[in-house]
Amino acid sequence: MTTRYSSLALLREGFRGHRGWRPAWAKATPQPAYDAVIIGGGGHGLATAYYLAKNHGIRRVAVLEKGWIGGGNTGRNTTAVRSNYFYPESVALYDLALRLYEGLSRELNFNVMLSQRGMLIAAHTPAQMEICARIANAMMLNGVDGELMGPKEAIARLPLLNQTADARYLCLGGIWQGRAGIARHDAVAWGYARAASALGVDIIENCAVTDLRIENGSVKGVATSLGEIRTERLAVAAAGATPGLVAGAGVHLPIHTYALQAFVSEPVKPCLDTVLLYLGTGTYVSQSDKGELVFGGGLDRVPTHGQKGNLPAQEKVVAGLLEMFPAFAQLKLLRQWAGVVDVVPDSSPVIGPAPGVEGLYLNCGWGTGGFKAIPAGGWLLAHLLATGQHHEISRPFDLDRFIKGRLIDEAAGAGISH
Amino acid sequence: MQIFPCPFCGPREEHEFLFAAEAGKVRPEPAAKVSDEEWAAYLYHNDAPKGIAREIWYHQTCGTYFLMTRDTVTRDVKDSRFLSEAST
Ligand SMILES: Cc1cc2nc3c(=O)[nH]c(=O)nc-3n(C[C@H](O)[C@H](O)[C@H](O)COP(=O)(O)OP(=O)(O)OC[C@H]3O[C@@H](n4cnc5c(N)ncnc54)[C@H](O)[C@@H]3O)c2cc1C
Ligand SMILES: [Zn+2]
Repeated sequence: MTTRYSSLALLREGFRGHRGWRPAWAKATPQPAYDAVIIGGGGHGLATAYYLAKNHGIRRVAVLEKGWIGGGNTGRNTTAVRSNYFYPESVALYDLALRLYEGLSRELNFNVMLSQRGMLIAAHTPAQMEICARIANAMMLNGVDGELMGPKEAIARLPLLNQTADARYLCLGGIWQGRAGIARHDAVAWGYARAASALGVDIIENCAVTDLRIENGSVKGVATSLGEIRTERLAVAAAGATPGLVAGAGVHLPIHTYALQAFVSEPVKPCLDTVLLYLGTGTYVSQSDKGELVFGGGLDRVPTHGQKGNLPAQEKVVAGLLEMFPAFAQLKLLRQWAGVVDVVPDSSPVIGPAPGVEGLYLNCGWGTGGFKAIPAGGWLLAHLLATGQHHEISRPFDLDRFIKGRLIDEAAGAGISH
Repeated sequence: MQIFPCPFCGPREEHEFLFAAEAGKVRPEPAAKVSDEEWAAYLYHNDAPKGIAREIWYHQTCGTYFLMTRDTVTRDVKDSRFLSEAST
C-alpha cells in the first residue's frame, strides 16, 4: 500500500522517527501474461503504464526495465521543459506535455519540482533576431505563450552575462517563454512509477527483453532475462535500444544513436533564475535548486551506443558557457556524463503502430529533447495501446511520414536541438 | 579526443571527420519504378548497430569519403579503407 504524501503525513512521521514510510512502488516479479507490456522503464514507458491504468482502466500491465527505472536518458537529462517549437503538430504535442506537467505533482501526489522560471533563446545577430521573431510569431499563432524579447529585458534577466565591449556575443534579445522551466527528472520517473504501481501495474526492474515473440504477423509476447512473458499488446519505449529490439520483427527505423553530454558545476548561490539557450554558442544552462549550474550543448558527432562523451564536444560546450559568463570560469566541474540519444532526421519523435506487426507500438526518436514530452508521450502511447488507433495529436508523428514526405523538421523550423 | 585513420592522410583528430552514412545501401533503380516505400527505406532506414558497424565517413580536410569499420560501444576502429577497395 502506498501512503499518501501530505504535510500531515510528514508531521506524523516526524513524530514517529520516520519509521512508517513504505517503498514508493512495489518491486514486482513477472506474471506469465499481461494485457499490455511496455519495454523500457524510462519516463515514456512509465507514463504510458500510468495512463493505461488511469485513462483506460487497463491494469494488467507490466513495465520491463533492463536496469533501474529512470536509469536511461530520463535520469541523465538536463530537465528543461518548454513548448517553444515551430510547427503546429509539434506545439500540439509539446504543449500537451507542458499542460500535463503543470498539474503533475498534484496528479501523481509526488513533487516533480516543476519550476516555471521561463526560458530565453538568446540571439546575437540581426539575422538570428529575425529567426527568433519568426518562431515567436509561430508560437503565438499556435496559441502558446511565446514573445519576442528585446535586449534590455533579456540582459536584465541575465545579470552575469558578458556585455563588455570586447564580448563576442552581445545579446540582442530573443524568444521568451514564461511557462518553460525545469523539473526534477528522477521525480518524474519515480512519481509515475509510484502512481502506476498503486493502480496495479507491475514495475519489473533488472528484466532485459532479449527478443520479441511474433507469430503470423501478430505480437504474442517477449523473451526476457527473467523468462517468457505473454501479451498481445506490446509497446517499445526503449530510446536508443529500440532499433535493435524491433529489427528482428522486420521493423526498420530512421534512427541514429549519438552520445549527448551534460555537465554540473559545484553549487553556488543563486545567480541565474531562467533557462538560457544561446544561439551564438549552442550552450544552454540553468541553475538547479541545489545551486549547481546544469549545462550542455550539441551532440558528439560520432554514432555510438556507449554512454560516454568525448573531449571535442566538452570543450565546445564549456567554451560556450564561459563566453557567455566569464565569471563561471572559477567554478569546478562536479560531474559530467552522457546518454545515448535516438536521433531522427527531422528531430521529431516516432509515435505509432509498427508497420506490419499487429499489436506492436513504438514511442521513440525523442533524441535530445524528450524529457519535456514525457507526459504527452505516455498519454498518446497509452491511447494507441488501448484503442489501436492514433490520438489526433500523435497521428502526424507516425512512421508513415517518411514515406509520404510529411516530415516535421524542427531542426530546420525551430533550430531545436534540445 | 579520438584519432581516426583516414586512408589518404593517416591518423587525424576526430573533429576533422564527418559521419556520412551506414555502408551497404544500394540506391534503388530505375527511379520511375521505385515505390515511395523503397525510396523512403533507402533514404531513412538505419540499423544503428550496437557493436561492429560498417560506415562511410568523410574526411573534411582532404575531401575523401572512405569506409570505416568500428565498434560503436568501445569506439575501437577495426579497419579503414578507400571506397574503391571496399567489397560493397
Ligand atoms: C545529456 C542529456 C541532456 C538532455 N536534456 C534534455 C532536456 O533538457 N530537455 C528534454 O526535454 N530532454 C532532454 N534530453 C532528452 C531526454 O532525456 C530523452 O529524450 C528522454 O529522457 C527519453 O525518455 P525515454 O523514456 O524515451 O528513454 P529512456 O529514459 O532512455 O528510457 C529507455 C529505457 O529503456 C530501457 N531498455 C533499453 N533496452 C531494454 C531492453 N532490451 N529491455 C528492457 N529495457 C530496456 C533502458 O534501460 C532505459 O531505462 C537529454 C538527454 C541527454 C542524454
Ligand atoms: Zn584525409
